[in-house]
Amino acid sequence: MLDFLSKLFGKDEETPSKVTAKERLRLVLVHDRASLSPQLLEILKEELIGVISKYMEIDKHELEVNLDSTNDSMALVANIPVRHMKRSSPLETN
Amino acid sequence: MGKTIVITSGKGGVGKTTTTANIGAGLARQGKKVALIDADIGLRNLDGVMGLENRIVRNLVNVVESDYDFDRALVRDKKLENLFLLPASQVHDKDALSPEQMKEICTRLIEQFQFDYVLVDCPAGIERGFKNAIAGADEAIIVTNPEFSAVRDADRVVGLLTSEGKNDIRLIVNKVRPKMVNKQHMLTTSDITEELQIKLLGEIPDDEEVIISTNRGEAIVFNEHSKAARAYRDIVDRLQGKNVPFMELKVEETFVDKLKKIIGLS
Repeated sequence: MLDFLSKLFGKDEETPSKVTAKERLRLVLVHDRASLSPQLLEILKEELIGVISKYMEIDKHELEVNLDSTNDSMALVANIPVRHMKRSSPLETN
Repeated sequence: MGKTIVITSGKGGVGKTTTTANIGAGLARQGKKVALIDADIGLRNLDGVMGLENRIVRNLVNVVESDYDFDRALVRDKKLENLFLLPASQVHDKDALSPEQMKEICTRLIEQFQFDYVLVDCPAGIERGFKNAIAGADEAIIVTNPEFSAVRDADRVVGLLTSEGKNDIRLIVNKVRPKMVNKQHMLTTSDITEELQIKLLGEIPDDEEVIISTNRGEAIVFNEHSKAARAYRDIVDRLQGKNVPFMELKVEETFVDKLKKIIGLS
């Protein structure tokens, strides 16, 4: 009887569509935003070089930084060839 | 000192032009001197929404081509004497104007003609027309609807605005249907602000009165019976720095709704 009434008044037992919309939106926005502009990526590279150079000597020309995204996650992937380790840590020189 | 605000969205059909016309009318009613620029070159529509389509003599592109001679280009509103429209050209395309020229137009309207507000109605899309429209803006208003595509496009526009150094961005969620929100079949305004991470300027219910006003070429903002009009008036106040609480969009209960409540179905 209650089943019949539920159907009659159109009560919905499925996941509300707005919940689905929000989940889909959240995922797609992560992807849409993932396209870092070339300028921003360049700035990021420069700053990375600055920080890492304090600890080790790196090959600046071979350095690669990219944003990788799979279906539901994103990763910043950096390939940084190291030439030498520095003997003194930046803490001591400061 | 006046300021320029661009009304933009990415997606078409969300209500940018209606919003521009009504915010403009609302500000003008409060005594501000307001210029509305239709930046949608080739597809002009703001003139029609304001009911001024038969009064256009010169347009935006003519002004630039004549070395910024504004003579007969600014069309005065039928009712509000301090509201003006600078129409788009219908025969040119978006390339007829550069971002620098658009910026110059906005600056001159404020400095030479002492406008308090210059509102730029941006075309849909993110190409040349968009870049022109945002060029002179001090602030941006993004209009969106509570649906997937509109919110997604709005997010792109937020990204493009911030990459241009325009960080003063506020959001209007238009065409909200409280009944669908209640049934959890429509994104809520807080869902949307949470995803976009920008400040809310207002929420406008979907209202048939808006269509009726547009048919007549009149602003809806002064209509005492329309909920959308009330929402626009609140937005106009917030734009001027007033602290107006956000009204909750309520569902009008029908007999069936009440019956459902009684028997415990909703």
